[in-house]
Amino acid sequence: MNDTNFLFVGVGGQGILTASDIVAEVGLAAGLDAKKSEIHGFSQRGGVVESHVRWGQRVGAPVAELGTVDFLVSFELLESARFVEHLRPNAVVITNTQRIIPMSVSSGGYAYPADGDIEKALRSRTDQIYRIDALAVAQELGNPRLVNTVVLGALSWHVPVDAAVWLDVISRRVPPRHLNANRQAFDTGRSS
Amino acid sequence: MKRLLSGNEAIALGAWEAGVRFASAYPGTPSTEILENLSRYSHLTAEWASNEKVALDAAIGASLAGVRAMASMKHVGVNVAADSLMSVSYIGVNGGLVLVSADDPGTWSSQNEQDNRQYARFGKFPCLEPSDSQEAKDFVQEAFNLSERFNTIVMVRTTTRISHSKSAVEVEMPAPGRPDVPTLEPLPKFERRPERYVIIPAHARRLHPVVEERMHQLREYSETCPLNRIEWGNSQIGVITGGAAYQHAREVLAGFSLLKLGMSYPIPQKMIRDFCRQVQQVVVVEELDPFWEDQIRALGIPVTGKAFFPLTGEFTLERVRAAAHAAGLPVTPLPVAPLTEPVQAPPRIPALCPGCPHRAAFFSAKKQRLLVAGDIGCYTIGVLPPFDAIDTCISMGASIGVAHGVRQAGNQQKAIAVIGDSTFFHAGLSALANTVYNQVPVTTVILDNHTTGMTGGQGNPGSGVPAQNQRSGRQIDIESVVRSLGVEWIRCVDAFNVTAVDQAIREAVAHQDGPSVVIVEGDCVMNQGWQRSNLVRVDLEACNGCTLCFNVGCPAILKSDELDVKTQRPKAEIDALLCTGCTVCVQVCPRHAIYQPESGHE
Ligand SMILES: Cc1ncc(C[n+]2csc(CCOP(=O)(O)OP(=O)(O)O)c2C)c(N)n1
Ligand code: SF4
Repeated sequence: MNDTNFLFVGVGGQGILTASDIVAEVGLAAGLDAKKSEIHGFSQRGGVVESHVRWGQRVGAPVAELGTVDFLVSFELLESARFVEHLRPNAVVITNTQRIIPMSVSSGGYAYPADGDIEKALRSRTDQIYRIDALAVAQELGNPRLVNTVVLGALSWHVPVDAAVWLDVISRRVPPRHLNANRQAFDTGRSS
Repeated sequence: MKRLLSGNEAIALGAWEAGVRFASAYPGTPSTEILENLSRYSHLTAEWASNEKVALDAAIGASLAGVRAMASMKHVGVNVAADSLMSVSYIGVNGGLVLVSADDPGTWSSQNEQDNRQYARFGKFPCLEPSDSQEAKDFVQEAFNLSERFNTIVMVRTTTRISHSKSAVEVEMPAPGRPDVPTLEPLPKFERRPERYVIIPAHARRLHPVVEERMHQLREYSETCPLNRIEWGNSQIGVITGGAAYQHAREVLAGFSLLKLGMSYPIPQKMIRDFCRQVQQVVVVEELDPFWEDQIRALGIPVTGKAFFPLTGEFTLERVRAAAHAAGLPVTPLPVAPLTEPVQAPPRIPALCPGCPHRAAFFSAKKQRLLVAGDIGCYTIGVLPPFDAIDTCISMGASIGVAHGVRQAGNQQKAIAVIGDSTFFHAGLSALANTVYNQVPVTTVILDNHTTGMTGGQGNPGSGVPAQNQRSGRQIDIESVVRSLGVEWIRCVDAFNVTAVDQAIREAVAHQDGPSVVIVEGDCVMNQGWQRSNLVRVDLEACNGCTLCFNVGCPAILKSDELDVKTQRPKAEIDALLCTGCTVCVQVCPRHAIYQPESGHE
């Protein structure tokens, strides 16, 4: 498999770091070298979170070069558009449709971009855009915290590594009593 | 077995495997997780110190007592510890002594981006610089060995990108468990060596040449140090690099010859000369200062470096590629097409958490139009809208001294110094003693949230929570400390009582016979045992869209879709998921339109 760059983005508290940890571990479990690096500034509290994962034979820098991201996984709708520049042409974008309104919109003068504008921005780089209402799926499964696993399931469908490897890594990280729910969440995400 | 570890996890594991017996640190991004991880290991003592100098002093004590010891801190923490650092370089060690400095190129969460390799040269001790987590673990172990072999403190310098990235580490043993009581072997009696351990002028004069001789030996050692290595390739270009920059250089200048400096000070002069002789053009790729470049130039070797590679900010692949291209190296920039339809993405500005105990104090400071000498902590967010309330922020603990100086310069404005509990114990105590001693009517507002919030909620003397939870810690009462420092005017107020906070600050500022202190007390939402109250609601009949509640800067207060008929301004709405029921907005609303239902009414 070629070198692969993943970029996970969203808002602090959405479980982005756990998701990217899991994908780095999947890479390792698939016999590749893997690195993960998160970027967040002063704004951990409700701020933008950006986490890179790179797979390859021997990964160098832990953060992918601008314009070379193969998979953008956005946990929040608007954040997918913020990071378009990082994508290589025809990259795969998986975006959760959840909106988390920034304070600059809720109490300031900014506007949350319209769906159409977000779509246009993404389309200027790629047509492979997959939307998923992961929160709704997770809630249906009885636990909003499963969002993470739903999104990972959706991502896994596009990545040539056996579902069993993903599930194995996920099951090492969740307490046994949540295992079944996570398996279900993963499968639902994968088939969505 | 290979495991993915962050650089900080790897440093902790490396130190543990090297048999570190005492570790101390003051939290600070990106260093904090080193001690957090160490605290989970057995057979060692891991502590939060009240500041970085104390952490290093304690590590020095442990080393002189005969065990391996480590102090870890962020780059600016080394400034605080520098006085002892310079002396211990003369004194040397007994057990291995390692200082981990976690630098922050890019200034992700710091007050500057100083390059702490300079300390190694300034203080005349070796510096090791890992490029990934495996090296982080290995280099820390090597640092302990070098420390004992050369009788010197050794600095391990990481950066944010190394400390906070995960990469594969070969792990031999299962993660060590955590016994209830860490066991330490009793040590033999402290060996007296006053000629070394007591740094009076007569001893220092004799020790300085010893330090220079040690530097000479270290320079010689660096020539064969296994941490420096050459990766031969095309000899058209020879790259000299290390640390995080190594990963960028290796990727962008793939295929060319490369000298990786794992020991970043002292540099191996002969090795560098030989390497440079065998390549056509020498390029130095290093983040921040031209630390190697200047030293290599001084050897009479022409190099390409900071003329093209950025002097400021963190390296990224695209920046290094652009610089290499600009330098005329055979590197092509990636063709990244400009975005045709960019989106105006609204920023996510940092804000105090919903329920934060710091809110009322800044609301008052703004209302009273005070000059605010600020400090470093979550409350530094008070500089941003909607508060716009902080006028200065220099370094940890500087608020009190700055307010003092403003006053002594003859400024008569109403002013306060604002400082958090962790920062107060870090560097505020001596500053407050100074205002009392000189009898200057400075008002200090201590925001006591019983934790070190900014760095993720570590214990401090104001909370008494120890780093290792099987040990005991004791909470120091701030009011008693302030009183015994000689402050006569003191008020303690509940952080969530807006009127009380406002009134106390108003009276303190009016008090002109000597220093005054207001202690604003309330738990950080991350504290153990913290509980949310009933969420508040907006009575849409009563709200007229005056927007005053937005001035408390709470992420849980939103503009609703409903406009007030008269003012045509949006009425307020409360985000039910975010609201903690702290009621600061309830108290601020002039029309009593925000209310908190009694329990049971939910
Ligand atoms: C010399 C130095 N050491 C450490 C830090 C990292 N740091 C920033 S703020 C802070 C402590 C904040 O604690 P506190 O004053 O209690 O305020 P809070 O964040 O809890 O509101 C620390 C450790 C720093 N910036 N400078
Ligand atoms: S972490 Fe604590 S101190 Fe910091 S903003 Fe949140 S509530 Fe306030």
